[in-house]
Amino acid sequence: MDLVMSKEAVAGIVRVLDEHLLRSGADCVLLVDQSGNLIVNRGDPSNLDVVALAALSAANFGATAEIAKLIGEEDFTLLFHKGKKENIHFSRVGKNYLLIILFNKDVSLGLIRLKVSKALPQILPYLGEE
Amino acid sequence: MAFIDLSKGEVQCKIVYYGPGRGGKTTNLLYIHRAMSEKIRGKMVTIDTKGDRTLFFDFLPLALGKIHNLSIKIQLYTVPGQVMYNATRKLVLKGVDGLVFVADSLKVQKDKNIQSLENLRENLADENIDLKDIPLVMQYNKRDLAEANIPLLSIAEMDADLNSELKVPWFEASALKGQGVFETLREISKRTVKQVSRKLLSK
Ligand SMILES: Nc1nc2c(ncn2[C@@H]2O[C@H](COP(=O)(O)OP(=O)(O)OP(=O)(O)O)[C@@H](O)[C@H]2O)c(=O)[nH]1
Ligand SMILES: [Mg+2]
Repeated sequence: MDLVMSKEAVAGIVRVLDEHLLRSGADCVLLVDQSGNLIVNRGDPSNLDVVALAALSAANFGATAEIAKLIGEEDFTLLFHKGKKENIHFSRVGKNYLLIILFNKDVSLGLIRLKVSKALPQILPYLGEE
Repeated sequence: MAFIDLSKGEVQCKIVYYGPGRGGKTTNLLYIHRAMSEKIRGKMVTIDTKGDRTLFFDFLPLALGKIHNLSIKIQLYTVPGQVMYNATRKLVLKGVDGLVFVADSLKVQKDKNIQSLENLRENLADENIDLKDIPLVMQYNKRDLAEANIPLLSIAEMDADLNSELKVPWFEASALKGQGVFETLREISKRTVKQVSRKLLSK
């Protein structure tokens, strides 16, 4: 299950994330795997501890999947937390990955959702999860 | 599930500290966090703690320098040792690349150690991992308590209980004082990185 990513694959994912999400106004976009490894991060996370965010998000998503099982749901494929200034959107990418998007109140959730649905199918092949 | 980024020349691995409740897993990470310079370690995250009992996990990222031109990034995690938190332990185990089993040397904890190792074996089996195939190091912790005349298991007895079949490297430790903590970390890091690069090269 180890993931080895070539320069080209990383560049490909960066291109998709930049084009769909950063350009739509997201502040920061992270791609992490289910064990909490940070695969790609884009945007301006200068004052953000992205490594801790990756680890906590993976655990959070895992915990939510367990909750889904408990109440008889297959899984929740996305999660959204709304803050005063910053919002965070998590979505599952294939079976083993997670996309985390930080965006502020000037960007609509609908737009982020739309862009995520465009970006996902383009990211999957790079992760071997077509 | 290690992640290798060839564009940055970087390997990321996940090492989990496992073992019975109150055995000293969190204390290991706290000592590492305190003793390492900020250049090497990131921020330690301790979530959901009740008193000093871990309810979810602790997390500490380390940058251990370079091997063969690859930067080594290691993420240390602890699980909650208390028996009732097995669902959480399984979550933290997801994608594990290497394990430290922190056993409690207190004589009264003999059975708890054995049960916890058995629980680890089962949880790994659920992920289709054989305990024998994953890098593992034993740590026999709390050896400092011998001076306080508290009855401890002998090293021979602990090794017979926990390591007679596995025969992995073991270290005597006092996580509280720091003895054996870095020896344990160095050995598990070495083994984990070796296994990950072996898998990488065979691809
Ligand atoms: N004397 C002594 N005490 C220790 C040592 N290591 C840990 N302790 C103490 O044992 C208690 C439990 O240690 P923790 O590190 O919290 O144990 P844990 O394995 O994380 O426990 P859980 O989170 O419940 O699974 C604490 O009071 C520690 O100070 C040691 O080497 N010597
Ligand atoms: Mg703990």
